Amino acid sequence: MNSVKEGYYYLSTHEWVKQESDTTFLVGISDFAQHALGDIVYVALPEVNDNVKQGERFCDVESVKAVSDVYSPVSGTITEINTSLEDSPELLNQDPYGVWIMKVEGSLDTSGLLDSAAYTLHLENEH
Amino acid sequence: MGTYIPHTKQDQIDMLTSISQTWDTLLSTIPSNVRLKRELNLPEGLSEFEVYHKMKAYASENVVFNTILRGAGAYDHYIPSVVRHLSAREEFVTAYTPYQSELSQGVLQSIFEFQSMMASLTGMDAANASVYDGATAAAEAIAMSYERGRRTILLSAALHPQTIEVIQTYTQELDVTIKMIDTVDGRTSIESMSKQLDESVCAVLISHPNYFGILEDVKGFRTAIIDSKVKYIVSVNPMTLGRLANPGSYGADIVVGEAQPFGLNLAFGGPYLGFMCTSDKYVRRLPGRIVGQTVDSQGKRAFTLTLQAREQHIRREKASSSICSNQAHCALTAAMYLGAIGPQGLKEVATQCANKAHALASKLESIGYTLTYKQPFFHEFVTTTPVNTALIEQTLADHSILSGLILDDHHMLWCVSETTSDDKLDEIVAILKEVHHG
Amino acid sequence: MAKLIFELSSLGHQAVTFPPSHLPSVSFDEFENQGNIDLPEIAEIDLVRHYIGLSKMAHGVDTGFYPLGSCTMKYNPKLNEDVASLEGFAKIHPLQPLWSVQGNLKAMRHLQDALSEICGMDEFTLQPAAGAHGEFTGMLIIAAYHRQNNDLKRTKVIVPDAAHGTNPASAVMAGFDVVTVKSNACGGVDLDELRSLVDENTAALMLTNPNTLGLFDPNIKAIADLVHEAGGLLYYDGANLNAIMGLSRPGDMGFDVVHLNLHKTFSTPHGGGGPGSGPVGVKTHLIPYLPKGSYLKDLPTLESAPSLSIGRMRSFHGNFLTTMRALTYILFNGKGLKDVSMNAVLNANYMMHQLSDVYTVAYPQTCMHEFVLTLEKEKDQYNVSAKDLSKAMLDHNMHPPTMYFPQIVHEALMIEPNETESKATLDEAISLLKQLHQTMIDDPSYLQNAPYTTPVLRVDDVLAARVPILKYHKE
Repeated sequence: MNSVKEGYYYLSTHEWVKQESDTTFLVGISDFAQHALGDIVYVALPEVNDNVKQGERFCDVESVKAVSDVYSPVSGTITEINTSLEDSPELLNQDPYGVWIMKVEGSLDTSGLLDSAAYTLHLENEH
Repeated sequence: MGTYIPHTKQDQIDMLTSISQTWDTLLSTIPSNVRLKRELNLPEGLSEFEVYHKMKAYASENVVFNTILRGAGAYDHYIPSVVRHLSAREEFVTAYTPYQSELSQGVLQSIFEFQSMMASLTGMDAANASVYDGATAAAEAIAMSYERGRRTILLSAALHPQTIEVIQTYTQELDVTIKMIDTVDGRTSIESMSKQLDESVCAVLISHPNYFGILEDVKGFRTAIIDSKVKYIVSVNPMTLGRLANPGSYGADIVVGEAQPFGLNLAFGGPYLGFMCTSDKYVRRLPGRIVGQTVDSQGKRAFTLTLQAREQHIRREKASSSICSNQAHCALTAAMYLGAIGPQGLKEVATQCANKAHALASKLESIGYTLTYKQPFFHEFVTTTPVNTALIEQTLADHSILSGLILDDHHMLWCVSETTSDDKLDEIVAILKEVHHG
Repeated sequence: MAKLIFELSSLGHQAVTFPPSHLPSVSFDEFENQGNIDLPEIAEIDLVRHYIGLSKMAHGVDTGFYPLGSCTMKYNPKLNEDVASLEGFAKIHPLQPLWSVQGNLKAMRHLQDALSEICGMDEFTLQPAAGAHGEFTGMLIIAAYHRQNNDLKRTKVIVPDAAHGTNPASAVMAGFDVVTVKSNACGGVDLDELRSLVDENTAALMLTNPNTLGLFDPNIKAIADLVHEAGGLLYYDGANLNAIMGLSRPGDMGFDVVHLNLHKTFSTPHGGGGPGSGPVGVKTHLIPYLPKGSYLKDLPTLESAPSLSIGRMRSFHGNFLTTMRALTYILFNGKGLKDVSMNAVLNANYMMHQLSDVYTVAYPQTCMHEFVLTLEKEKDQYNVSAKDLSKAMLDHNMHPPTMYFPQIVHEALMIEPNETESKATLDEAISLLKQLHQTMIDDPSYLQNAPYTTPVLRVDDVLAARVPILKYHKE
């Protein structure tokens, strides 16, 4: 339950970012987030070429009885969105750290983020 | 005096005693500084008999016209007995929103059937469970259309004036710009729309038929709206779809309207039935309740309220609308009406409305009225009158006929439905001829 | 499972036909519908059986106990329905000349005056179509009022965390930013936090009193003074007015604007989700802002608007027939509306008291017309949720309480018995709830898999939302 993946950085609002190359980043939601939401039924995806900023909302995720804003852990421009979530939003439940929501071209400022140890601690403290 | 409280005095005493309370202690949580220290200044309650007669006295002071030639957003149609009886079933009338699916399959299925009928009639992918009325349906459709950086809406000047007013009210505190599309000879001008289409526009709304009963160039508007970010919203009287091509066939993005013509009383304006249909692309932007089909734990077909994460009880301040009811009972009634008359019946109603309206128009022309606009119309039309419209209204009223709607001293908006017989049309013209020559 | 009406269709059937007409045919050329109209074709008897079948799979107040908190499922008198079907109301066109609708105007005035007296307000509009529509109306009035006073910085509306979801949604529709104020340990507005939130940017505070926990806020006067002193207005969500008629009035508490739900307090039927009716009452200083289409003193026609009107909220004059049902109810009860509220309070406290030895009451104190249980403990101990318990009630011809609201209470069940239920009905419900609590301990899986006897068993909501099927598709 509520696993935390090493090598990823997190926001305290339960999003993760993983560096793919120097300037490319993948963004998703944590195991805790998908558990808290329950069965995810819809992801309102952002659009390619939209600019995102660290700490700002970029999409929302719906379960039957809840909706949750998703915040970006990274600043930059969206180069790709995971369109398989349009038809299979449950992928976020099944593999939260393998399934990303968007790919961002930009730069990572880790000072505002939690590493896996800090995020683990955050989960223990908060919940 | 009557009461719907089933307790006897003794019940009340027993109950209070069993919870160690008195009336005083029970009500003591209301602080004395806001406690009403007198009785309500209302009369004593009355018996059922007295209340009925008092209310009947009010009703009797109104005039019920035998013939109604007035539409303008509220339409007189025949309501079959079977519709009145079935819709009065207490299980439907006294139920709440079907939150508990397993106990509410009847209500849920009736709404699903309503949605299916409306989607089918309009040629769209989906419908919601209904909203307050046609005017608010239009305002809600506008709210569905906003995009980032696009908050200008273009409204046909030939929409029902009350629809325009409601949209103005709904948008007045928001960063939304309303621009009007001019009419030429009663018809909305595509040229006027095209001139105003720019990158700030998110929606174009026209009514077909429009307020004056005129058919709009619905295909021409579709062709002229090139930008895919502009939603083409069409408001229709759904009864006319018994004859007119459905909006899906000419590419509408959102279809709204007032479904009161489907079995609902004129009722001095309410309750009525706003409907909203759209394509799959915009389904998640629909406001209000939506019923969907699913299965139960045994795999059996079942219905439930769905896509609820759009709604205010979950999304709160981020919801696009605060609506939390639908006009469920009106939707039920409308579906019963359509079930009762069927596709042939709907075609018959629409055809009779159109034929009779055109017959009245030509008869009026023969006695000196002129059609104000030279345009194709459905079952409403505007005439320029040879005598003052107030006189026309009064004279017809003396024969228990509600005239067309007075637009000004010499313009009247007429409407004819299947409830006016062929012979009655001749009688009406004969009466008007007397006014004219009298 | 019942067939869909479309599955009953067979070519050529038509229940109702129309008298013939022999006029020349109009053709619509390029506008003409070229395709088929896909509606069911059914004989009258089959139509009747279809809908009677559906009605048997619906649960109304007339079917059984309906303690759905916050929704006020009281008995809907039959007299109301007879009145609403009077030809002199039902067959009136909304744009008839004024001389021909004098009875309607008098009846509307009568209702507006009665509601004003009950609420301690100065005038009412009957235009809003439902409670949420009334909220939106009220918020627009408040926005217009501040603008008229050139008080443009008032952009903030304060809403308690226990409020109905419609409150924040309506405030946003009127252009406001929503700020949430927390509830205190007793379930009321946290005064200290409110003090820290109220300032020169405050447009209004929206409040339900008694609140959504069924508790009358003991600090209501202080709250009102705090907001007024800062120049804000007070908005009353009348969802729970049924608890205080003849006992306390929102106008006397200091509220400037109220909306009512005629389908709750004044016994008009809910109809499976509507139509409702949401009249809005105001104090004198806000009368000029009321919507167009209201029937107000000193206005020449129904189509006129007061001087600073927010405009029209909907077509015509509101859900007129619904308002006539409410007037019928008020005439029937008269001063006795106070007994209505007192007995609603009695029934709620009786049930709460009887259940409290088994269940945990979220805020254990004397309540008004409803109370909230929390099943947090049961959820932890037996893995039985508020939803599971509710589903188990369905097998007993009883509608469950409101689940998971207000959101500040975990595993909430909100019970509103209403004054129209007898002691025997309440005792039966109490006994069932206690019995189910015991089952929870003995055999939690029984509740987790309930219901067992309903037309369909536990419905898959997740599938419905993931793969939306929103209309009938021909096989």
